[in-house]
Amino acid sequence: MSAAVFFDLLLAVTLVAVAWRVLHAPGTFEAVVVFITLGLLMAIAWARLSAPDIALAEAAVGAGLTGVLLLDTLRALHPGAGDKEPVVRHHPSWAASVAAAVLAGVLVLALLGIPRDAPGLTERVVEELPRSGVSQPVTAVLLNFRSYDTWLELGVLLIAVVAVLSLRAGTGLTGVPPGGAGAPLLWLVRLLVPMVVLVGGYLLWLGKSAAGGAFQAGVLLGAAGVLLWLAGQRPVPREWQWRLLLALGFAAFLGIGGVLMAGGRLLFEYPPELAGTLILLIETGAAVSIGATMAALFIGLHFRTGEISTGGADDT
Amino acid sequence: MIAAASVLFCVAGAVFFLAGTVGLLRLPDTFCRLHALTKADNLGLGFIVLGLALDSGSWAVSGKLLLIWLLALLAGTSACYLIANSVLAKREGGGG
Repeated sequence: MSAAVFFDLLLAVTLVAVAWRVLHAPGTFEAVVVFITLGLLMAIAWARLSAPDIALAEAAVGAGLTGVLLLDTLRALHPGAGDKEPVVRHHPSWAASVAAAVLAGVLVLALLGIPRDAPGLTERVVEELPRSGVSQPVTAVLLNFRSYDTWLELGVLLIAVVAVLSLRAGTGLTGVPPGGAGAPLLWLVRLLVPMVVLVGGYLLWLGKSAAGGAFQAGVLLGAAGVLLWLAGQRPVPREWQWRLLLALGFAAFLGIGGVLMAGGRLLFEYPPELAGTLILLIETGAAVSIGATMAALFIGLHFRTGEISTGGADDT
Repeated sequence: MIAAASVLFCVAGAVFFLAGTVGLLRLPDTFCRLHALTKADNLGLGFIVLGLALDSGSWAVSGKLLLIWLLALLAGTSACYLIANSVLAKREGGGG
């Protein structure tokens, strides 16, 4: 057995064991921490499957952002519980177990049904790649061949954040968290945020030729926003600035599609010589919106705990 | 020769990680555990980065690895401070 196969087997067994552990953790805090671990292991699994872009997204969203949201929710559910949280034993529900087993069976059947070594649409993509404006097939599919899909995905994100913000009670996105951050955290945030923005821009630019692009860059920008907000940095964007940031990606797609249609083309039928530029424009808008969405989801949910100072009040 | 040194450094790093993990599991309170963990993070990752840099045979890759180590040092140190601080605050506030 080669070392690579051994590592993959170890990874697969660990993934299942960790997933089991998430369901059977002694408390919700442990479950959340193990879930974050599961996300990081999933990211390694994607990297092993030669899908670095999914690995990046999984690490950033699956482990990072979801973890932060879950931890925050936990704090809101049990304020001040800390590690003295009551241990709750969950008994497995038979209905849920049967449903999960049936779903797993269907998925395995579907997996077995996929013809081995079938090229799918790979050849078409490679054939059309020179006219797409980018040299990375994933970006070409997402932002050119199937840009309609990606546009609607941005729409889903926008609707999700609008829904969350509508459910939130009271104050807006323009307050700051209570209590100032300590000097070491402030120092770290000031050091990290420019670097995070730099790496985000790099990933965005990289998207046209290698793994990277709007989603990875956007999640990094979102993380930078969350860090800045948690450290109590001002100025917090105003209401209209939030709206602009959140809608930018969807609007960029819409605007460019509209202009193309006005020029007698189909929606998102980029002229090949302009395709690269248009894709970069759309991706930039999308990255900003995705980042703003991530930050707004966090800040919006954070506000629900109801211990936030509002608008202009000082946080010290 | 370089390959042997690379393996040696990586193994040394793994030993530090192992010791750190054992410390995390066995030591009695948060401060002792932090002590064990930060050693593992800083030195263990340092050794592994050194081993991988030797193995890569490229200055560019070595530079990136060094940056990763420095970032992990920064994040680890700050996280350690934050955790220790919150434990202290809880002790002074709650008396437990």
